[in-house]
This record gives sequence, structure tokens and C-alpha cells, in this order.
Amino acid sequence: MDFHDYFDLTQLYADYAAAVSSGDWDLWPEFFTEECSYRLQPRENHERGFPLATLFFESKGMLKDRVYGIRETLFHDPYYQRLVVGTPLVRKVGGGRIDCEANYAVFRTKLSTETTVFNVGRTIDVVVRTPQGLKFESRLVVYDSELIPNAIIYPI
Amino acid sequence: MNESETTVTPKHIHWESTGTSRIPFEVYTDAAIHSKELDRFFYRNHWCYVGLEAEIPNIGDFKRTVVGERSVIMARGEDGGINVVENICAHRGMAFCRERHGNRKEFVCPYHQWSYTLQGNLQGVPFRRGVKQEGKVNGGMPADFDPAEHGLNKLAVAARGGVVFASFDHDIESLEDFMGPVILEYFDRLFNGRKLKILGYNRQRIPGNWKLMQENIKDPYHPGLLHTWFVTFGLWRADNKSRLVMDRLHRHAAMISTRGAAGKSGQVTQVSSFKETMQLHDPRFLDIVPEPWWGGPTAVMITLFPSLILQQQVNSVSTRHIQPDGHGAFNFVWTHFGFEDDTEEITQRRLRQANLFGPAGFVSADDGEVIEFSQQAFESRPLHHTLVEQGGREVGDTDHMVTETLIRGMYEYWRKVMEI
Ligand SMILES: [Fe+2]
Repeated sequence: MDFHDYFDLTQLYADYAAAVSSGDWDLWPEFFTEECSYRLQPRENHERGFPLATLFFESKGMLKDRVYGIRETLFHDPYYQRLVVGTPLVRKVGGGRIDCEANYAVFRTKLSTETTVFNVGRTIDVVVRTPQGLKFESRLVVYDSELIPNAIIYPI
Repeated sequence: MNESETTVTPKHIHWESTGTSRIPFEVYTDAAIHSKELDRFFYRNHWCYVGLEAEIPNIGDFKRTVVGERSVIMARGEDGGINVVENICAHRGMAFCRERHGNRKEFVCPYHQWSYTLQGNLQGVPFRRGVKQEGKVNGGMPADFDPAEHGLNKLAVAARGGVVFASFDHDIESLEDFMGPVILEYFDRLFNGRKLKILGYNRQRIPGNWKLMQENIKDPYHPGLLHTWFVTFGLWRADNKSRLVMDRLHRHAAMISTRGAAGKSGQVTQVSSFKETMQLHDPRFLDIVPEPWWGGPTAVMITLFPSLILQQQVNSVSTRHIQPDGHGAFNFVWTHFGFEDDTEEITQRRLRQANLFGPAGFVSADDGEVIEFSQQAFESRPLHHTLVEQGGREVGDTDHMVTETLIRGMYEYWRKVMEI
């Protein structure tokens, strides 16, 4: 992997973090290919080989449906979220894809309250190059956080 | 009401009548009431959920969980039977089991290496007979120390259809009598003897009183109003064919509904944001395939008082374990499962439909939210009360969903047992 590709990859991660911290949820599905996988999974399930995920999406269409749910149907307390992501660790490059991962932390700020650590873990990703730039073909978000503080509404 | 309008803290819990259609906020906010509930509902006379047999398939497998607020271990013994013991070493009282699951030949408390069989019998006490040194014996337990008297605290265990319940109280009716014939029928519909296959867990902490979760699943008035996703995509109509039934003490209930063929309609939703034309980008969220065991109903939600909710919503099935933690919060653990004869397709369908449920679910995330904000208000004004008078003030089974009768029924039972 040359410097140019690695620069693009770090931009992808930084761009994603900015997008899901912005409150503009329509940005989120656009980081993915049409046929894609997005799973938000407790570490317990991941390590014990249980397939259940807290969110289990199999297409960009499902991500768009989630955005619709956030905006139109899911009643929730409004909150800011701030995703802080570590430098991506490249595991493998080849066959037109990059296998990589990164640690992350999400901080939540509800109105009139202090900021709290909301969710932490790592993403295990497959990134591919498309005419529109680098996209996630697969993003598995494995979270350490044992108890979800009530509800997860926004994408991580 | 004697207190002035600006007083928010009652001197005594105040019910407006002998009925239960107005529930004092204080039942959710008082620490003494909470302790009494633990004693009377979780630690005495009630079968509490501990897990599924499929979580501990092999001899020596164990799972740590709770009954009420007490840590317990469910383990499969040498004889293949299921034991449930309290996670407190008989010696110095340490909660010795730290792993949440695993496989052991015995339980050992790391503090002084006291060891117990999988049944909870004390089998090893280091230096029980002292230590020989220069011709004399130093220390040792008293001569009358009898290991048989110092096992782990053993709970009564009842299992049916692969679901395991336990009770600290050994003088308790059978699990079947506890559920009663009406609820048992729906329990057996879901757990009809097939082996279960664990799909995984979701864990959330909801900052509200534990009873609010029981009430949420005894409230068929809200789904078509709060959960607009249900309505928007045609999974819920207030005129769906449905039934609400209770056990004879009104503590347990089942909400049984059958999705109509008519699809969605604005007239029966009353949801202002309702959009008749909305389509899913990916309709696989609702790729529902009826299963033979349903026998008609497409959704059956069972509340077993005090600790458990059993969910069948189309192809998604789960147990939801209520784990109180003080009067103002509970942990809520979802165990999604399937059945051993499931095809890969049906497993995928269960995993996909699980997007509707759990702490991020399209129609469940908002339940936790409303519970949190109810609790906030209760804490600020304990003297006030909720109003559960939809469908009348009385308690009884119905053949429709436009009622809060199951909540009134639960509090009828609650008042009797709590003597409040
Ligand atoms: Fe609900």
C-alpha cells in the first residue's frame, strides 16, 4: 500500500467520524457500497460465535431505512454524539480490498447534562475502491460496552 | 389528599381508591418499597427466570446471572441435571464466580480455596485438619465442623421446554401452577419441546423502575401510537384480531394478536405522522414467513411476573430478563434464540427481524426511552399518580387491544402481596 492509498484510507475514517458526529444522518449510508454489511455487535456475541447483532444490516437500502427510522419513527431523547476513531490498522491488502480495523470511542451529550462515555470498541472493516472513492463493503462494529445506556439510536 | 398542592413527597403511600386505575408515583420511587418487593416477589413464592438449558448444554457448563439483585450460578451437574446456587462462598461470603459463563469441574473460591461440587456441596477446606509442624498440629477447623452444613445456598429449580427458573424459597408451588393453565398454554406454544439454539445477547441498562418494563408489555394501547415504525410499515393495527388473557391472580399475562391481511390504514392508527405511501428501501426487514407452531397468532407477548418477558413477534423470538438494581434502574438482558431444526434461511430471518427489537430496535429502543422519562417525573413528584383507565377501571380478559386492563390487574396482585 502506497502513501496515497493510506492517505485516502485515513481520510475515509476521519470523514466517517465527522459524518456520524454531525447529526446529518443522510451522510452515513453513502460511506457504503450498495451491497454491504453493517453490524453493531456486542463483543460477547462476537467472541462466543453468536451471530446476533444489535443492528444487523445487509444493504445500503437498510442503512437508508435506519436513517428514516431515526428521523421519522423512533422516539428518542435528542443527543449529540462524538465519534473519536484511532488510526486505522491495515491487516491485509489485495484482491481489490483492504482489510483494516480501528479502535473507537463514542461520547454522548444529552441536553442539559454532562458528557458521558457512551460506547467503545473497534471496527473490523473491508474497504474497496469505487469510482466514487473508497467505500466500506463491510463494517463490523464490535463494542466492549457491557450495558447500553438505555438505547442506541444513531449509527456508530 | 391532605397534603397541599405544592407538596411533592407523600407521608404515606396514597391510593385514590381500592382499585388500581391510578397508580401512585411512589411505588416507583421508594427504596423501602423496593426492598419489600425484592423479598416478596423475587425471593419468595415466585419462580424467577435464570436462563435457557441451551446455554449450558454440557456437564460442567455454567452461567452466572441474577435472581432479583442476588448473584446466582446455573450449572449442569455430573448427573446432567441443572443446579442453581447463590454466588456467595460459605466461608467469607465472597461472590467468588467472576466469569459469566464457562465450564468447570468444581467451583473454587479463590480467597481461601474452598471448593464446591457443581451441586454446591462443600468438598474441600484447605487446612481443615490443621498443619503439622514439629510434632504438633497447628490450627484446623473445630472437630465438629461439618462440611455438609456449609454448602452453597441451593435454589429450587424448575425447567420446562428448555427454560429454567429458580427460587430461593423451596416451599413453592410447581412452575405449572405458578403460571396457571391459561398462560401455560402460550408458554408451551413457544417452548414445545424442540431444542433451542442460542443466537446471542443484547444488554441494556434502563434508568427506570423495573415494574415499568412489565407494564410496557402489559400495555397494548401504546404500540400503535409510540412505535410509528410498526404502523408505518403495516405491522400493527389497532383493529388486529387480538386477545388479552391473564392467570387467575392477574400477575402474568399474554397479549395475543394476529396481523390482519388488510395492511395499513390511517383511520385506525391515529398517528399524526402516519404516511400511507412509505416503502422500505429493503423490504427484507419484514420478510415474514409463518411457522407451523404459530397456530394462527403472529405475535404473542407473555409477561411472567416478576422477572421475565417472552417475545414472539413474527419470526423473532427472545427471552427478556428483568434484573432490578435499586428502585430507579434495571438491567434488561435479551437472549435471542431459534430452534435446532431451523434452516439457514430462517436463522437469517430471525437475525434480520431482530433489528426491530433490543436496545437499538426500530420498535423497542423507544420503550426504554419512555420508561426513563416516566421515572424522571416520578422522582420529581412522588405524590402524584399515573392514570390507567383506558378501557375502564376494572380488570378482566378482553378480545381487543384498546385497554390498560393488564396493568390494573398487575397492581391488584401487587397491592395484595405488598399489603399496601
Ligand atoms: Fe413498546
